[in-house]
Amino acid sequence: MKLKRSFFISLWFIFLTFPILSIRVNTIERVVQWRWWNMFYVALGSFVLSLAWFYFLEKREPRPMPIVAEPVKERFSRHPLTGSGKIRLLWVLPALFFLSSPFFLSTYYTNVMTTALIYIVLGLGLNVIVGLTGLLNLGYVAFYAVGAYCYALLNHHFGVGFWVALPLGALAGGLAGILLALPVIRLRGDYLAIVTLGFGEITRLILENWNAFSFGPSGISHIASPGFFGIALTVPQVTIYIYFLMLAFCLLTVFVVRRLQHSRIGRAWVAIREDETASQAMGIDTARAKRTAFAIGAALAGIMGVIFAAKTTFINPASFNFIESAMILSIVVLGGIGSIPGIILAALMIILLPEYLRVFSDYRMLIFGTAMVVMMIFRPQGIIPYVRRTYEFHLSDRDKARL
Amino acid sequence: MEEVMEVRQLEMNFGGLKALDRVDLRVFREEIVAVIGPNGAGKTTLFNCLTGAYEPAAGDIFISPPAEKKRRINGLPTHKVTKLGLARTFQNIRLFPRMTVLENVMIGQHSRSRAGVLAALCRDKKTIAEERAIVSRSYGILEKMGLVEAVNELADNLPYGAQRRLEIARALATEPFLLLLDEPAAGMNPQETKELESLIRRIRADEGIAILLIEHDMKLVMSLCDRICVMDYGEKIAEGAPAAVRINPVVIQAYLGEDGT
Amino acid sequence: MEYFWQLFIGGLTRGSIYALIALGYTMVYGIIELINFAHGEIYMIAAFTGLIAATVLTMFGLSGPAVLALASLIAITYACAYGFTVEKIAYKPLRQAPRLSPLISAVGMSIFLQNYVMLAQTSDFLPFPDLIPAVPGLDSLAAFMAPTEVVIVATTAVVMVLLTILVKFTKMGRAMRATAQDRHMAMLVGVSVNRVISQTFIIGSALAAVGGILVASHVGRINFFIGFIAGIKAFTAAVLGGIGSIPGAVLGGLILGWTESFATGYVSSDYEDVFAFALLILILIVKPSGILGREKIQKF
Repeated sequence: MKLKRSFFISLWFIFLTFPILSIRVNTIERVVQWRWWNMFYVALGSFVLSLAWFYFLEKREPRPMPIVAEPVKERFSRHPLTGSGKIRLLWVLPALFFLSSPFFLSTYYTNVMTTALIYIVLGLGLNVIVGLTGLLNLGYVAFYAVGAYCYALLNHHFGVGFWVALPLGALAGGLAGILLALPVIRLRGDYLAIVTLGFGEITRLILENWNAFSFGPSGISHIASPGFFGIALTVPQVTIYIYFLMLAFCLLTVFVVRRLQHSRIGRAWVAIREDETASQAMGIDTARAKRTAFAIGAALAGIMGVIFAAKTTFINPASFNFIESAMILSIVVLGGIGSIPGIILAALMIILLPEYLRVFSDYRMLIFGTAMVVMMIFRPQGIIPYVRRTYEFHLSDRDKARL
Repeated sequence: MEEVMEVRQLEMNFGGLKALDRVDLRVFREEIVAVIGPNGAGKTTLFNCLTGAYEPAAGDIFISPPAEKKRRINGLPTHKVTKLGLARTFQNIRLFPRMTVLENVMIGQHSRSRAGVLAALCRDKKTIAEERAIVSRSYGILEKMGLVEAVNELADNLPYGAQRRLEIARALATEPFLLLLDEPAAGMNPQETKELESLIRRIRADEGIAILLIEHDMKLVMSLCDRICVMDYGEKIAEGAPAAVRINPVVIQAYLGEDGT
Repeated sequence: MEYFWQLFIGGLTRGSIYALIALGYTMVYGIIELINFAHGEIYMIAAFTGLIAATVLTMFGLSGPAVLALASLIAITYACAYGFTVEKIAYKPLRQAPRLSPLISAVGMSIFLQNYVMLAQTSDFLPFPDLIPAVPGLDSLAAFMAPTEVVIVATTAVVMVLLTILVKFTKMGRAMRATAQDRHMAMLVGVSVNRVISQTFIIGSALAAVGGILVASHVGRINFFIGFIAGIKAFTAAVLGGIGSIPGAVLGGLILGWTESFATGYVSSDYEDVFAFALLILILIVKPSGILGREKIQKF
């Protein structure tokens, strides 16, 4: 029975993909290329995949929810990096790797690691807006651009240094976040998504076209790298310097996000995500909480923008398009909405894997798109699901709760 | 007796429909008042106006928080109304499904605590103490509501009756002086309803909270309430003690006749 | 005055295309309250399929009207097939999931389709033949409108009428309206909700396909990315007119078309896309339900 269904499905897909996959048209050179073999691949692939699809579809939970259903006991610890003995061991190896990698990797790969770290922070920042508060922001890259251009322009026109630009980038990002938040606060999920998308695109278009301000598509180059107590550094040295900077900042961000998640404001955000009306009824000023979420997420992106500009010393509007926003969103979604370890892992995977699997680089976006669809259907809680906090209570002391 | 809430000549329109037609109502401290009436009579609309979800077309809503002046709250945003001391539950349960039972109640304490972003980041002594207090108070409320076993369960996993009680627990966490319950007994069997009744009585007695409830379960209403307000087609058609309302011919015609008790 | 008229006609033409695509958005949203992010990609796939079909048919010696007819038919069929398949794969399994999930799935689908076409074909811009025939009678109007523009506007008008007839007077249309208003009730009275949803996607895709072929002929070239921008703008149009409202989609499309046309004509052509987005943001702030939309009353 199931085989028959998959057979017909593969026939359907042969039909469906025939024009686009099996015929390649080039009207410039007036060539038509017939690729009959593709039909065979499609047939085989769709047959096998459809069997797998229906199998896993049956196995999943009746109502796909992005958060795990069973809370797992987690010992509360104040310091984000400590925990029970087993967890401590888990951290040692990766920590060693991260601390030592610039010394055995080439400059190029150190750069790649830095990029991965930047995306971790971007993912965590977007997580505050999308994961915790439930506001689907498709234009997050705009805040990234604001930070980058802030530093680039200040450096170009006024010679402003990296360290001064950092807080300025955060400020600029935060302000942009609040600016965007003002109109979208009242909007419902889908509309919010489109407006933020529009905002992201508008930002890019303005950067591309307002030449007098942003130097247009050619971008800004010769942006100063951060100085090391006034000493000028060589390119490999700067790369290592920026790497450790980013590592420190990454840890700081994890700390910040974790603290926020487990606080009054973090709970308010999640409540808003779960049910905004009920949140208001329980006394939460949802407009203010949303603005705060936007501001914090945006500020983080702004800081990353400054670092990005300093790292690459050249920026142009093309780096800040929708695909970037979509990538950062996939990091949050694939990693696990609200899950810090999940997002870290997803960011590392999305940035590092294509580097080491160069073969697939053309197919990168295709795989993203597929992954987004598949994850939402089969594992909406992400690679490492977020687990809600549990508390332990001592029965002997009925009126006090032990944290 | 002290008044806690007064509604004066309240009107609310949806398009051409008059949902509330010059409704008057007063609630006094530690009273249990029911609002009853056929479906569509305007009961939930009244609640929504009280909590600031709707802005009334005309009329006034006054509340008198304990030890404070009486104030008009027309059109005030919902969260501000809650902060002043008016809390509600919903007709269709609106818990936070993917938060634990404890966290749901802790949310209720949001307007009674102050820690902001900076405090969350620094985690100083004051903030930690505040968090402890929130957890502790929430636990206490759950104890009273008989939900401690489920403390770390996801709200979504609770059985229906427990979910209803959780909603009330959450509303209590906002430390209200007036509690609005929208059909708290809906979908409950007689045993659960009896427990709900004693629960509401206990809330009134222990916390000194006045309670306004919308209900269709006549047995519960007659047994529990000090006063009943009957609505039909947006108007208040009768008000008084249960015994009096029960034999009021206008009421019987509009409503009780179908239900029969 | 001459210039104004040109811009007016240009806006009318643009608006018609936006209307065609917007209809697909608005119909799907009316039924399942989901923004079908991949809708723009259906439009693009139709254009590509039409190009491939036209090229192959020309290779086999067919010409003129036959190519137009067959290629269009093939493109529309394929667009419907893709729309149907996308729904079954990316949206149907997520009908019960919280709102974020199908939205993300839609974005993923959109990205997938774009890259699918790009990798299977090419990332370059491909020239698209002008399939719209030179009808003798149209030349007299050349002073006012280009023949292709006439065809676009006329086709849109005809499609509008057909769609209205379908929705108002046929059994299918009634089922669609019922499902849009209250899905559970529709199920209870015997409407096959799955079938209605599929039908909605198919019709929406067909409309987008018509738009795709017309635009491709008019503009003269296509690439894998055209669906993205067209999709966003068409969504703007749908929201502008009131999402869920069919006349709204048309109205929104026309308003957007004229706004873009006049703004680029009198203000600046670089910021063409910015005007569309700005209009969208404005409308969502001022009247989120759109011009012809109904205010949704929150039920507590």
